[in-house]
Amino acid sequence: MADDIKPRIRVQSTAKKGEVVEVKTLITHPMENGQRKDAAGKVVPRMIVNALKVTYNDKPVMNVKLETAVAANPFMSFFVKVEETGTLKFTWTDDEKNSWTAESKIEVA
Amino acid sequence: MAISTTVISTNLTRRLALGTGLAAIAGVIASRAAWATPEQTKEWLAAAAKGTPKEGKVTLKAPEIAENGNAVPVTVSVESEMSDKSYVKAIYIAADGNPNPGVATYEFTPMSGKAEVQLRVRLAQTQKLVAVAEMNDGTLYTASREIKVTIGGCGG
Repeated sequence: MADDIKPRIRVQSTAKKGEVVEVKTLITHPMENGQRKDAAGKVVPRMIVNALKVTYNDKPVMNVKLETAVAANPFMSFFVKVEETGTLKFTWTDDEKNSWTAESKIEVA
Repeated sequence: MAISTTVISTNLTRRLALGTGLAAIAGVIASRAAWATPEQTKEWLAAAAKGTPKEGKVTLKAPEIAENGNAVPVTVSVESEMSDKSYVKAIYIAADGNPNPGVATYEFTPMSGKAEVQLRVRLAQTQKLVAVAEMNDGTLYTASREIKVTIGGCGG
């Protein structure tokens, strides 16, 4: 299952200084909520992405704590203020401490 | 229900069979009651953000009727200039009719630029969604919205 998990981000590659840029992220993850039963009637154990950390040039932008009530393939959109050219870095972590990272560069003209 | 059928076939009294049936029904009701209540949701929010939240500043956008409870698009935004002096520290989102009250917690820094987030939420049934915003000076603001769910999203 873990091989199918792939983060996707969408953000513009250039920005003006001080511009507030919208960032859209999605990670393909089943987000098993621990309530569902499989065909044999056994409860499927909880397995969700529980955290997303976003940094810009290694400075924290946003931390998200996700609970079971977040839909599968968690989509998150938010904003970041860009003052200088840099790299947006995303880190997702799940219940089994697997983590996935993605990066996106933003250039300030 | 399979249990009560076996009881009848072993020729026990009707009253006993009825009793077992009632117990089974009671069991079903009890397992339903394990779902979050508005009180639990309040407790969850109180544990996350200390203090009494005021109405205002927070906008919660969500469809009035969600056909599919598996992924309900929700937007939460908070009025704030997001400067070093005044910014939104955190947004807590909770739902009062899911098995667990918490939905998500967002922590911001002034670098976020704008306190607005969008996500997709699972809703098991028609219920109220609550968002609480915590400012950097500790004041709390809240908004809530009732969402009608046609098909629940908890895969029972």
